[in-house]
Amino acid sequence: MNYAVYIPLIPLLPLVGFILAGGLGKKYLRSFSGTLCTGIMLVVTLLSLYTAWRYFMADGQWNGVYQKITAVQVSWLEFSPGVGIDMGIVLDPISVMMLVVVSVVSLMVHCFSLGYMKGEDRYSTYYAFLGLFTFSMLGLVVAVNIFQIYMFWELVGVSSYLLIGFYYQKPAAVAAAKKAFIVTRFADLGFLVGILILGIQGQTLNFDTLIQRLTDTQSARFMAITTGSFLGVSLLTWALALVFAGGAGKSAMFPLHIWLPDAMEGPTPVSALIHAATMVVAGVYLIARLFPLFALNAVVLELITWIGVLSAVFAAVIACTQTDIKRVLAYSTMSQIGYMMFALGIAAADGHGYTASLFHLFTHAFFKSLLFLGAGAVIHWVHSNDMKDMGGLRKLMPLTHICFLIACLAIAGIPPFAGFFSKEGILLAAWENNRVVYYIALLTSGLTAFYMFRLYFSIFWRKPADGGHTHSEGTWTMKLPLVLLAALSTGAGFIPFAHYVTPDGRGRTEHLHLLFSIAPVLLALCGIGIAAWLFKKASAQPVKLAQQLGGLYRAAAQRFYIDEVYMFITKKIIFKGIGRPAAWIDKHIVDGLMNGIASATAGLSARIRGLQSGRVQDYALYFFGGIITLAIVLLYVWR
Amino acid sequence: MSLNLLLVWPLLTVLVMLAAKTVRQTRVLALMGAVCQLLLCAVLLYSYQAERAAGNTAAFLFEENHSWYAALQIRYHIGVDGMSVAMILLTAVVVLAGVLVSWRQTVLGREFFFLLMFLSVGAYGFFISLDLFTLFFFLELAVIPKFLLIGIWGSGQKNYSAMKLALLLMGGSALIFVGLTGLYFNAATPGFDMTVLAAHPVSAATQRFFFPFLFAGFGIFTALFPFHTWVPDGHSSAPTAASMFLAGISMKLGGYGCLRAAIWLMPAAAQEYSWVIVLLATIAILYGAFATMMQTDLKYINAYSSVSHCGFVLLGIGMLTKTAVTGAILQMVSHGLMTALFFAAIGMVYDRTHTRLVSRLGGLLRIMPFMSIVFVVAGLCSLGLPGLSGFVAEMTVFMGAWQRQGMGYHLATLAAAASIVVTAVYILRAVGKVIMGPVAAGEHLSLKDASWNERLAAILLLAGIIAIGFAPGWLVGLTEPSAGHLLQQTGDVLTPH
Repeated sequence: MNYAVYIPLIPLLPLVGFILAGGLGKKYLRSFSGTLCTGIMLVVTLLSLYTAWRYFMADGQWNGVYQKITAVQVSWLEFSPGVGIDMGIVLDPISVMMLVVVSVVSLMVHCFSLGYMKGEDRYSTYYAFLGLFTFSMLGLVVAVNIFQIYMFWELVGVSSYLLIGFYYQKPAAVAAAKKAFIVTRFADLGFLVGILILGIQGQTLNFDTLIQRLTDTQSARFMAITTGSFLGVSLLTWALALVFAGGAGKSAMFPLHIWLPDAMEGPTPVSALIHAATMVVAGVYLIARLFPLFALNAVVLELITWIGVLSAVFAAVIACTQTDIKRVLAYSTMSQIGYMMFALGIAAADGHGYTASLFHLFTHAFFKSLLFLGAGAVIHWVHSNDMKDMGGLRKLMPLTHICFLIACLAIAGIPPFAGFFSKEGILLAAWENNRVVYYIALLTSGLTAFYMFRLYFSIFWRKPADGGHTHSEGTWTMKLPLVLLAALSTGAGFIPFAHYVTPDGRGRTEHLHLLFSIAPVLLALCGIGIAAWLFKKASAQPVKLAQQLGGLYRAAAQRFYIDEVYMFITKKIIFKGIGRPAAWIDKHIVDGLMNGIASATAGLSARIRGLQSGRVQDYALYFFGGIITLAIVLLYVWR
Repeated sequence: MSLNLLLVWPLLTVLVMLAAKTVRQTRVLALMGAVCQLLLCAVLLYSYQAERAAGNTAAFLFEENHSWYAALQIRYHIGVDGMSVAMILLTAVVVLAGVLVSWRQTVLGREFFFLLMFLSVGAYGFFISLDLFTLFFFLELAVIPKFLLIGIWGSGQKNYSAMKLALLLMGGSALIFVGLTGLYFNAATPGFDMTVLAAHPVSAATQRFFFPFLFAGFGIFTALFPFHTWVPDGHSSAPTAASMFLAGISMKLGGYGCLRAAIWLMPAAAQEYSWVIVLLATIAILYGAFATMMQTDLKYINAYSSVSHCGFVLLGIGMLTKTAVTGAILQMVSHGLMTALFFAAIGMVYDRTHTRLVSRLGGLLRIMPFMSIVFVVAGLCSLGLPGLSGFVAEMTVFMGAWQRQGMGYHLATLAAAASIVVTAVYILRAVGKVIMGPVAAGEHLSLKDASWNERLAAILLLAGIIAIGFAPGWLVGLTEPSAGHLLQQTGDVLTPH
């Protein structure tokens, strides 16, 4: 079967689900809409897996190099000859990999939600939004054109907005949705300007041609974009830095991360899908998609590296202090994406970082969505997000407990779970390319193990199990995704990823470096040990330790006051400093001037009303006076 | 087809409506008239495309040229290009939607529908005119009913607003009149025929003198900064259908006039004043957006955001590249549909809750789901969501603007692009408070969702927005050649790399 025949179904079927569940759901489909959408996702997942199998195993390779296959490409909107938005589907190692990740996680979330969202008032709307999101995300990953990516980028943003604000009567959810949209919009502005620069300089918006034209260092276009500068920085650097800013916004990199923790106001399965596994890694995907351009620009790569490292360690420190389990997971996501980012930043020399970054994206999607779904099951049980209300659940929720433990081990980087392999790849790439980054990343992996097991022990141990609850852990539809994701979190690490995904499409065989792995694993075990010592049994130790850390702990618990800084900027500077004066000027000065002219005219006419005396001789006088004046003007002044 | 039908049909409707005895009869006649108008425009679109497909490359199709007032060389010269066809379609859609939302207008209903229909005559006449004086004539024809619509059926400080609107628009007309007499007397052979004036432009010095009159005159109609202050007051006092007309069609008369009369007829001056237009447009975009952020009344929010959005029209015009001007035309159509939809939604809210204050509204999604979805989609279109028309128009303007060489123009484009963030802020604030959140007042719980006529109006406008947003190709293909034609003399200032 030709790719073009069925591939468009992969993104389009979820759109059908959106239209059906959104249009007919409330009145006709009702509780069937969940089953329908899940069924659609099952088909999409099977198609994605089939595509991946075909691409990687059968016809993707040619002469040992994975090819870019453009399955579909149509012109959607042409701005000027050659520069336009094409819609299409490209198959290459990263897009196929993303197809699998997005559809599998989406299917799991669809299935989990059958139980989790049961009885919800807006059940079919929820599934409609999930469909819209899946459509947008799939459209994003297969994009052939940078503007196509931007369009779907905005669409995933709006689906995220709708889903975060799903409980729309809750003011916190509304505020969080708004914040997420506006912060990412701000970043998208950078992305858009980056596209404008690249598009006009490259005279194309299609990835292939764009990359080809702007990496040909001999060409006139390349000269133009590198020698042209603004504020002393070359245009290419500006463009790439701005595109990265867009990616950093979506991927919640410091300092644009503030929306992600708040986004946890959405239903938990949504957090698993959007804010853990798929949408938030779109930034990493974008950099990977344009990697040949970034690889030639050391300045921007340096920026990416340091933003990534900073986000990784910063978020890990905060995660150690949060008590809302979803927020811990949110900061953990930010930290892990930081790993993926800096791995791309150090990948220019040998491409190892590139492979490792995408490998981590792949494994992270499974264990992080598992963590979120597990957290969802726990929240479903205790009806609270706060660690204080949890404890001793291991006997009551045995299945959730085992799955959650597997995910924690995976993210902590304990062999043989999936996270171990991908994290080792990143650490190895850091070791070879940038030692400072390596040490920070190593430290962060210790922190990761600590905060994840702090979470684990607080939920499942700490308190003695009370037998009060008797209801089951959840329906089979909720359990099945947990088991499947746990299996993936265990086994996904054994995939020889470097064989499939490399910057140049040539497969490599990577070997494990057992000696190298000793340090990170030991550090992770230390982290687990400390977490066990502090949190396995209820004790006063954690509080004491927090007091000893003093200011550092408070600052981390308050998320380093970044939100306050933003509050100050938006409330004080933008609203009070710009918005209010603009409105005031409009009312009092611009409009005041208009009213002033009007009243001056009215006043003047009141004064000169006397001229209209009704006496003919007065008019005659004005008439002749006028003629004489005109005559003088015409004869002497004008000439 | 004969373009005269576009004038004859609404006039006939108006005449027949005079014979109607009750409001009921009048509104049925108005609805039938408006539906036929839309069909007529669909036929126009079809025959226009068919002619083009058959290889007719004339600048204007379906031309007719008769002497009207020979002593002053005023001619009844009509014809359409892609831009006119697009604007005529927009007019037909908004008129029909306007009639539908005013279905329950009972106070002086006959007169109300009569004026609505009369307005459409002015708009159609304006968009088909190729004679400057005829153009002006129809422009004036469209101003007077607006004054009455606001003054009689308006709310709030309606007299002040109606007066302000009429005075500012009349001021604009006075400027236009100066401009057109200037062109008349300085043309090689005195006359108002725009095709002749465009083929033989007046001298550069004359252009330099008269361009600001024509441009600012038309600019006032499309909220050119600092003459935009009629927009917020005018819109907020107008009844729903009049707001839809005002923002959906009247403001477009301005943008269309700027292109057709100022840019096309005075290419040298257009080049010269280009930076001024861009500067004023950029100010309008940002300043309008920031002012919107501080508004508390839904209609003021939409009115100020119209100032910002119409700034994109002017920005596209000022950039003088083919892509940017195409974007400006797209933005006119898109904004026309979107803002009409927004006003329709606001009207639905106001009719039921009797307030437009954001602070007194909340959680409407629970009470009026249909209306809320309309409101949200209009909002998303306004903030430029892909798949809706606003995105297509704004991106075309940005691309076209960025093609213009020069640091100043790039900075203007950047500043304009920055407004997409501010737009998101004010739209989401309004949506977050009015549609989402807790229900503001207990008595709102018993309110009814949109009625059939309101639903039809909303669906009609939504269909337009989505048709452009999903498949922009047809509209771009329709309007792009006319953008090229308008800039023929100006010379596309884009220097290709």
